[in-house]
Amino acid sequence: MEEIINEKTKQFIVFKLGKEEYGIDIQKITTIEQMKTITRVPKIPVFIKGVINLRGEIIPIMDLRSKFNLPEAEETEDTRIIIVNIEEEPVGIIVDAVAEVLSLTEEAIENLNNLSTDLSMEFILGVGKVDDRIITLLNIEKLITL
Amino acid sequence: MDMSQYLEIFIEETKEHLQSLNQCLLQLEQNPNETGVLNEIFRVAHTLKGMSATMGYSKMAKLTHDMENVLHALRSNEIKVSTKLIDILFKCLDALETYLNSIINTSGEGNKEYTEIIEALNNILKNNPVDEIEKKEKQQIENKSEVIAVDSVHHTANLQLDQYDQNVINKAIEMGMNALKITLVLNKGCVLKSARAFIIFQTLERYSEIIKADPKVEDIEDEKFDYEFTVLIVSKENSDLFLKELNQIAEVEEIIIKQLQSKTIEGAEAKTEVKAQENSTKSISDVSPVEEKDQTASTVKKPKTGKTVRVDIDRLDILMNLVGELIITKTRLEGSGGTDRSQTYTEAIEYLERITTNLNDAVMKVRMVPVETVFNRFPRMIRDISKDIGKEIVLTMSGEETELDRTVIDEIGDPLIHLLRNAADHGIEPADKRKASGKSEIGHIYLRAYQSGNNVLIEVEEDGQGINVESVRKKAIERGLINKEIAHNLSQKDVIDFLFRPSFSTAEKITDLSGRGVGLDVVKTKIEALGGTVEVETELGKGSRFIIKLPLTLAIIQALLVNVGEEKYAIPLSSIQSIEKISPDEIKLVQKQEVMLLRKSVVPIVRLDKILDVKKEEKQSKLTTVVIVKKGERLSGFVVDSLIGQQEIVIKSLGKLLSSIKSIAGATILGDGNVALILDVNSLI
Repeated sequence: MEEIINEKTKQFIVFKLGKEEYGIDIQKITTIEQMKTITRVPKIPVFIKGVINLRGEIIPIMDLRSKFNLPEAEETEDTRIIIVNIEEEPVGIIVDAVAEVLSLTEEAIENLNNLSTDLSMEFILGVGKVDDRIITLLNIEKLITL
Repeated sequence: MDMSQYLEIFIEETKEHLQSLNQCLLQLEQNPNETGVLNEIFRVAHTLKGMSATMGYSKMAKLTHDMENVLHALRSNEIKVSTKLIDILFKCLDALETYLNSIINTSGEGNKEYTEIIEALNNILKNNPVDEIEKKEKQQIENKSEVIAVDSVHHTANLQLDQYDQNVINKAIEMGMNALKITLVLNKGCVLKSARAFIIFQTLERYSEIIKADPKVEDIEDEKFDYEFTVLIVSKENSDLFLKELNQIAEVEEIIIKQLQSKTIEGAEAKTEVKAQENSTKSISDVSPVEEKDQTASTVKKPKTGKTVRVDIDRLDILMNLVGELIITKTRLEGSGGTDRSQTYTEAIEYLERITTNLNDAVMKVRMVPVETVFNRFPRMIRDISKDIGKEIVLTMSGEETELDRTVIDEIGDPLIHLLRNAADHGIEPADKRKASGKSEIGHIYLRAYQSGNNVLIEVEEDGQGINVESVRKKAIERGLINKEIAHNLSQKDVIDFLFRPSFSTAEKITDLSGRGVGLDVVKTKIEALGGTVEVETELGKGSRFIIKLPLTLAIIQALLVNVGEEKYAIPLSSIQSIEKISPDEIKLVQKQEVMLLRKSVVPIVRLDKILDVKKEEKQSKLTTVVIVKKGERLSGFVVDSLIGQQEIVIKSLGKLLSSIKSIAGATILGDGNVALILDVNSLI
């Protein structure tokens, strides 16, 4: 077994938006839910879709596609809501599909800081490389600011 | 010993004690001769001293100790109640409060010493006229202590008596009983000392009452003593009987019995104890020693406390949430089952309904706290203010027992302080001005709380000068908040509303208390955040009244569910006046604003679908449904597509991410598990 998990390994949940693959640190994630009825809330930023009832708790839902300026997608059987915890507050994000749990060593994560100074890159932690796949790792706290 | 587990209890209890000290001091100021109040103050101060010393807060203990000295002198009529004295005592309270706050925040008492307060306290004692007597007493002790030094072989024999013990002894002697001090020395070879001691105690208790023991009884039982101990007893029997009885117990080597006189001073050294002595001696020679007896009785009596449990508010919130869930599930059950419900099903549902309602009421009641907890700091505040600004003001409070949800109670304090300060500073005129306008020189402020339907009303009323509506109007025009013509057409109510605008102050000069114009708008924001409203009634020259209306509970309300397009919204029932069905042509336009006529008054129309950006197809129907909502006296008509019905809903917050949305007060979960948004009527009107 080559894949021994040492302290330098981080686990990420990998999900899909269109053809791209993204990863979120597994520590930040509470649960992954099936798609639910979303209640629209007026006068909120466009990338927030509304709120859902998750076992008695009202949780705001963010649409990553519109945050990343991707075209809207049809809801499919694979569509999921990933519930993340931001400063003790749960927030849901809609993704096209959840692919896998991925362990990445520090060497496999490439820092993007020297690649771009673009502000929109702020919420990108780095890029994970596994075989020939490239996974964008998100800094969820920067992505969602309360 | 780890004290941290007691810290919370200490904080809570200290808070209560300080509060009751506050109240008692106020009472004392009004009736300086009330011994009952004085005794209560003494008792509380003493408890505080003990508590803080136990927790290791030595500065607090020191301060309360010095306070106690002064209180003691007061109680024994060595000094008289004076305003200066009360002021110093109040300063002590403030200092104690500072200590407490520091403990709450840092769990340490901080390093302020308040030497000036302690000095002031000691000065009071020094200046007391009975100085000479004290000196004599001191001499007496010195003499005595020589005598005591003789039998210092038995070190426990120097049993220290506090005032309470001495009182009991005095009382016993008065009743013709004997007070005995018995020192027992056990055989050095005694193995089970505690067992021996136990037998001795049993023997003693058969004939007498044990007042005090050195070491403490518990310590003796735990065998925490050498070979000797001393007990103080009162008994109807004389010393011979005890000598005989105790001699029968094996392994007792030596018995020393000493008869105590009411005047004896046993190794007293602190000043307090000297006074205790003097005090109690007096009581025997006094014509009526009743007072002293009462005092003893009240010291013995435990402070009256009901059987209560302190519960963390978070736990109550969890309970509340669970009840909320239960109600949602109940609603869901009610809706399901279709038409072919069996009778047992219906009955079970009805029973469930009853239980959930009761459960909800019970949980709500648990969260209710009387407004007294907020009100009781106001008399002190008004007293201080009236001294500061040199106006004589009487605060009359009523309805302190009215209950409100704990979360509301926590928030309501600041707005009320604002209003009361305003009333004292702006409302009440100076005495000469009051006299000139034919009023009594003493200003009155009334603080009332009462329940009305599903609301609690709190009124702050004052018989001062009232609000000068014209000067507010002028000010509003000056500030450019409104143009002249419109201003002159505004009603008194609308003009007064300007007072609630940010940084709008009519006070000519800024004082320490108010006038900076940050008051009323803060009051308003706070109250509205609690789901309440503020209104003002005023009459120039007669006074004004601020009325705060608050919902009884925050968590579960009755609401009307409506459809706007495909979406469901909830409107709190408490803000609904009526529901009207009108034909579309009854809606008229006034200055581009849609209005309707409702019983001869003009009501502006709000189209919910437009305000809430609801996408829907325009369809022409014969009748438009308008929900008339009220905010204070103001009405507004909300146009909805259809009504769903009335329902009990549980208010849930939308969370931090969405907290900035104005028109939505929260969300609720419907029976089918979907979310409906609750409209914030206040911000939509």
